[in-house]
Amino acid sequence: MSNTSAGQGELLGDAVSPRGKLRPRSSAASKRWQTVVVTGLVFCALVSVFTTIGIILMLVVESWGFFSDDKIEIWKFLTGTKWTVGQTQGELSYGIWPLLSGTLRITGIAMMLALPMGLVSAIYLSEYASKRTRSLLKPTLEILAGIPTVVLGFFAVKFITPYMLEPLGDFKTFNATSAGIAVGILCIPLVASLAEDALQAVPNRLREGAYGLGANRLEVTLKVVVPAALSGIISAFLLALARAIGETMVVALAAGSTPTLTLDPRMPSQTMTGFIVETFKSESVVPGTLSYFSIYAVAAVLFLSTFGITLVGQIIRMKYREVYD
Amino acid sequence: MSNLASSTRMNQSRSILSNTIPQASPATLTPPVENESIAIDITGFNAFYGSFQALHDLNLKIPNQKVTAFIGPSGCGKSTLLKWCNRMNDIVPIARATGSLTVGGRNILTRSTDVVDLRRQVGMVFQKANPFPKSIFDNVAYGVRLHYKTSRSELSDLVEWSLKKAALWDEVKDRLKRSALGLSGGQQQRLCIARAIATGPEILLMDEPCSALDPASTARIEDLIFELREQFTIVIVTHNMQQAARCSDRTAFFFDGKIVEEGATEDVFTRPRKQQTEDYVTGKFG
Repeated sequence: MSNTSAGQGELLGDAVSPRGKLRPRSSAASKRWQTVVVTGLVFCALVSVFTTIGIILMLVVESWGFFSDDKIEIWKFLTGTKWTVGQTQGELSYGIWPLLSGTLRITGIAMMLALPMGLVSAIYLSEYASKRTRSLLKPTLEILAGIPTVVLGFFAVKFITPYMLEPLGDFKTFNATSAGIAVGILCIPLVASLAEDALQAVPNRLREGAYGLGANRLEVTLKVVVPAALSGIISAFLLALARAIGETMVVALAAGSTPTLTLDPRMPSQTMTGFIVETFKSESVVPGTLSYFSIYAVAAVLFLSTFGITLVGQIIRMKYREVYD
Repeated sequence: MSNLASSTRMNQSRSILSNTIPQASPATLTPPVENESIAIDITGFNAFYGSFQALHDLNLKIPNQKVTAFIGPSGCGKSTLLKWCNRMNDIVPIARATGSLTVGGRNILTRSTDVVDLRRQVGMVFQKANPFPKSIFDNVAYGVRLHYKTSRSELSDLVEWSLKKAALWDEVKDRLKRSALGLSGGQQQRLCIARAIATGPEILLMDEPCSALDPASTARIEDLIFELREQFTIVIVTHNMQQAARCSDRTAFFFDGKIVEEGATEDVFTRPRKQQTEDYVTGKFG
């Protein structure tokens, strides 16, 4: 290139700018390229939309297979207190509450652990830790977030239950508390990391303002920074909640496979996700049978719960977000 | 906090409420400032950020119940000095200072200084208005609640008094429970002034309080500064030469971490002793 232009420069004399010899780019080619790029972008954006729509359609259609069965009445599904679908003997009961309450119990225990621990870690990391401590602690939290859930599951069965819970009382081998603790551990890094982002987003001039009035660090943190970051903290909580409700591997391993409707956290407690895994794996499931359709009915309830939580999270974020420039 | 201490603090705040602070005699100021009327006394003061020395061997006396303006080009150290006056630099881990900086006769650079009480005595207003995401009432009450035990009526009296002092009361009296973030920029800055004076400080530090405001809001704050001088010692950092000339009694011109010239504002602006000062105030550089 440089050789050619130098040659032309000699030929034409220095008065002529070498730019005059450049070919203009074809605008048609550039437009075509634009179209290709935009199509690609739209396609990628639509993939997630279509996946969501596809999943919802599948849930609706297959759940319909469950509810249109002659033996099934929808109000019994929504209010019943016994779940025997998939069991070979006995009377058929298909009340969702044992499974739903199992999910709620384990999620509740998990949140009791994850929300305070996560928030306190976030406050420490964002407001108290020195740069050095932070640079050590943050990666540790991220490693915790990267532990495969199946590992946490057998950690619950092999460590939490025998060494932490059984000395305390009459805990069953598979129980809600152990699974709840493991799911809680799983959610701590999520809460900590999102809540820390929210705290970091609070502009420094608010902290300065509070310090300038004579507040100490705790007063600055609790009375100014945390309230200012509240919407972000709440959406961190809700994301963790949705994560805990949807968690499958830990509960499938540690919570047992008995649907129970009880408040006793020492008892086994099958969750909605646990039931789906269990039933899917069992060889007895044949497409078209009641057990098969029940998977979708339970999945629809599961989807509605997490969808509802995400929706509430969005509303809270939009309504209570403080905008700082 | 012991009961005794909190009750004396309450008395201080009441004395402000009832406007009984003794006024300094309005004698005309001729440099040097007389000893008994010194609010802040700075001698042999050096300030550092890590190994960088931001201020070199400063000596300055800031008089009581007057407005002192710090002027000078960006990066000359005037904000640094201001922030040392209530130890706001404590937040910056690499900041340190040597020499002496006394407020009310006490050297505040010592380790034993109670910075919480210091900041109650020496309030601060920042460059950009920084109201908390709380109601207007709670913003003004924030500092008061940190330092005093008050009844609800005492608190609301104090909030009203502070907002009146900050010339904001008439605009917000019907919406005290609404979020402070809904106020305009100028109103937010006056709210921050109300918040600062509510704790009963003797000194107010203002770090370019008008730099983010439009001219009309700036004029209101300047009027306010002029009125507040009756009760408070005010130190204001400004880039705006006219502002320094309009609302200050004394001016210190900073350049490159040193005080080039300091004196009555009129003298500094009309009869500067140093060529560098004259060049700066007449706009030849800076």
